[in-house]
Amino acid sequence: MGGAGVTGTFVGMPTFPVAARRALGDAQLRHNLGQATATIRAKRQRLVEEVDAAVPTSAADPQGLGGWEALRRAGAAVKEAALRSLPEHLERLEAELVANGATVHWARDAAEACSVVAAVARAHGVREVVKVKSMVTQEIGLNEALEAEGVAAWETDLAELIVQLDEDLPSHILVPAIHRNRAEVREIFLRRMKEVGRAAPDGLGDEPAALAAAARSHLREKFLSARMAVSGANFAVAETGTLVVVESEGNGRMCLTLPEVLVSVVGIEKVVPTWEQLDPMLRLLPRSSTGERMNPYTSTWSGTAAGDGPGEVHVVLLDNGRTRALADEVGRQALRCIRCSACLNVCPVYERTGGHAYGSVYPGPIGAILNPLLNGVGHDDQVDSLPYASTLCGACFEVCPVRIDIPSVLVDQRAQVVDAHRGRRRSGEAVVMRLAAATLADEGRLGFAERFTGVGLRAARRGAGWPGLRRWTGARDLPRPPRESFRAWWRRTGGGTR
Amino acid sequence: MSAREEVLAAVRAALVGVVPAPDPPRAPQVRPPRDVVAHFAERVADYRAVVERCARDELEARVAAALAPASTVVVPPGLDLAVAGAVEDAGLAARELEEFEAVVTRARVGIAETGTIVLDHGPGQGRRALTLVPDRHVCVVAAGQVVLDVADALAVLDPRRPQTWVSGPSATSDIELERVEGVHGPRTLHVIVVDDAQPLD
Ligand code: SF4
Repeated sequence: MGGAGVTGTFVGMPTFPVAARRALGDAQLRHNLGQATATIRAKRQRLVEEVDAAVPTSAADPQGLGGWEALRRAGAAVKEAALRSLPEHLERLEAELVANGATVHWARDAAEACSVVAAVARAHGVREVVKVKSMVTQEIGLNEALEAEGVAAWETDLAELIVQLDEDLPSHILVPAIHRNRAEVREIFLRRMKEVGRAAPDGLGDEPAALAAAARSHLREKFLSARMAVSGANFAVAETGTLVVVESEGNGRMCLTLPEVLVSVVGIEKVVPTWEQLDPMLRLLPRSSTGERMNPYTSTWSGTAAGDGPGEVHVVLLDNGRTRALADEVGRQALRCIRCSACLNVCPVYERTGGHAYGSVYPGPIGAILNPLLNGVGHDDQVDSLPYASTLCGACFEVCPVRIDIPSVLVDQRAQVVDAHRGRRRSGEAVVMRLAAATLADEGRLGFAERFTGVGLRAARRGAGWPGLRRWTGARDLPRPPRESFRAWWRRTGGGTR
Repeated sequence: MSAREEVLAAVRAALVGVVPAPDPPRAPQVRPPRDVVAHFAERVADYRAVVERCARDELEARVAAALAPASTVVVPPGLDLAVAGAVEDAGLAARELEEFEAVVTRARVGIAETGTIVLDHGPGQGRRALTLVPDRHVCVVAAGQVVLDVADALAVLDPRRPQTWVSGPSATSDIELERVEGVHGPRTLHVIVVDDAQPLD
């Protein structure tokens, strides 16, 4: 992972506007993302309405907020309470984990966390570990760190497997391989599975069911032989020392259950104070994330359990910039994030550029604030460009299950970027203008304020140019569009839905 | 300073002058449906799991029918059901579990609103691997174990026990968002709701 950044912006990534412009040229990516986000949005919306209908207005919701709004307020309050009293919850979590038979490690940064995991692998002499999809292990660059120690880390989530086999980068928190279609997945499996384990069957078709079956048999072999697993956690319950992993495929259960040794890397912001407070979280996350009432599998464990699952359980509590974010009065709320990806799915910028353009593990609106918060601004133009990767339309705030006011944080981060650059050779505005120029170079000199959000702007223009064209898949080389600002277009068209 | 001390000190420093938040409000609870067990069955079926209801005296026959496609069956210690030809798990290795086509267990609680069964891996439920490796999971839930929503389940569950919350068969939508059932967990989930009021505790 690159440079000084604690979240490891991808090595050699261009700044957002440049990467976004490239991504805009990729019709396949745009098409896949458009379909994916529209599908998930619709499913989520149905469930929001279902919760609204199921919660009686008077008793359970005295303020008349509606069931979903009351639920997300409860979720936001749980995480906010956890963050504001974090020291006591972390100490409680540690004490409970230890009492339950787990070993607790603390890590200031990515390198420290990776070295803890590597040391456990070394102590057991393992050359392979199986992994549950986890953003935090990607954040710390764990796979690369283990590889450098001669330990192969196998991703076991289907999408992560596709990305890993292809030596590619994930493009979406939830569906990291959304930029690949079935034919491409088939080709990747046929070419690569045999090099690293059980080969894909001859005559493999490209139906998703056949591809999933190939992944099942390829990975089953790894699950049955692996002696060590690495996971993250969605929640860490302080009061009981319980970790929670939410998943769909069952690869998580395999990793958490079959190997002898389990290491979980947990950001310190994952704390939930009490077991009962999982109530809003477990109701909000799957509905916001995959648009399901509940995800297929949720595993909870509190240290070790006699005769069931790994006999050795480690938990690495990770800072890596989180305390920096915690100290930011406006930005602190970003640590409430439960990584549901709902904000990505409603973001007009994300929909049109894909995740790669953000150059980071955390893409989309949440990435646009989280990366600068974790890394600090003023060191890295890629990170500094992210707070501008937005149109401030507010859709992300509306869907966020823990009510993170992303637009307000973005505005604050922009101010911080400008401040950080003041006194450097280039002024903040100069940097910003340079980035803007990269996007808008071929489009003439335009007013700055509304124009800088170049990606959304182009979306706006195309939407305005062809009123009937909702997803501009395949649209290229468009005539010069009318000059309508993105926000104006967004308001007029309801975000391109009209 | 150790990493522990340094992280905790940084957390404290970040929160200087920050007042603790008030206790979070209780999350809003849904209105109970007229028949919570029927609601549970509907919601389980929404996940494309097989679900059926039966009386206590029909249970063993229903279980046998649900197992019919499988010829090798494993059951956990402490299962209060007779399953013909089943092998009781006595710490089988994962590779040995692979040899079984189906597993029959009880559950700890059923959640109606979300169509979820929760196993706490106590007697009759088996350790976690038992309901993971075989391809067909037949799960018996007593009507009396069904609660309304997540909060009611959390209230009866013991967090010290490992738990598996199961909502339908394993699934992925990773390839072009097309839903595929059965990636790693059991590809078939068959829930039998038996009409007896097995107490929750
Ligand atoms: S910021 Fe909110 S909507 Fe976005 S991923 Fe995090 S929790 Fe979900």
